[in-house]
Amino acid sequence: MRQGDKEAAVRRLLDTPHPPVPGDLAARAAARGDRARRRERTLRRTGGALAGIAALAFSLWAAEARPWEPPPAATTPPFAGP
Amino acid sequence: MGKQRTRSERAARAREFEDFVAGAAGRLLHVATLLTAETRIRNPYAQELLAAALAHAYAVRERGHDEDPYALTRDGLALRFARTARRHRTGRGGILGALTPTERLVLVLCLYEGVPEEQAGALLGLPEARVRAVCARAVARMRSRTGKGAAA
Repeated sequence: MRQGDKEAAVRRLLDTPHPPVPGDLAARAAARGDRARRRERTLRRTGGALAGIAALAFSLWAAEARPWEPPPAATTPPFAGP
Repeated sequence: MGKQRTRSERAARAREFEDFVAGAAGRLLHVATLLTAETRIRNPYAQELLAAALAHAYAVRERGHDEDPYALTRDGLALRFARTARRHRTGRGGILGALTPTERLVLVLCLYEGVPEEQAGALLGLPEARVRAVCARAVARMRSRTGKGAAA
């Protein structure tokens, strides 16, 4: 028996009548999909808002602290006197 | 005016989805039941898998992807099953109960759904040669099982 015939035999074996589908499947799936999409959108918006707030806070702090400037010398060189 | 249109658009899309489910759910539920190796009458896991895959397909379509919804749902079903395959190692009285989850996936995708081996391999993360080998092994196991069943 060729491989093709064997595959056809198994295919016939799989081709049984379809199981009965619950009637509210479409409505349940649509509601679930809507919920998932809304949750995703909320998460994305929250994340975006948080990122914006973080960027704003960083620029305010940087403008205030100016971390790129060398700090003022904290010590003075030893002075032996004239 | 704009709001009116989006509302009618949404209603049209919901109707489209309902039509799609009415047309395709029987076959998809059969696929899911073959995968989980449940029976035609009692298939809670298959129904759960199908509901999750349909919900995802619905959400993706709402986002405006224009893929074939049947292929989208079927691939989602296969991937979801592959992720939870450990739960379905032992069959629950279905036809493919004697096979491993991977063998079931390959058999159903390649033979029943007629997905090309290359595409099935890409979906499952297997090389094409391995898909072919698993398919041949699954066919041989099914044949030996039914052969024994017929002889007994």
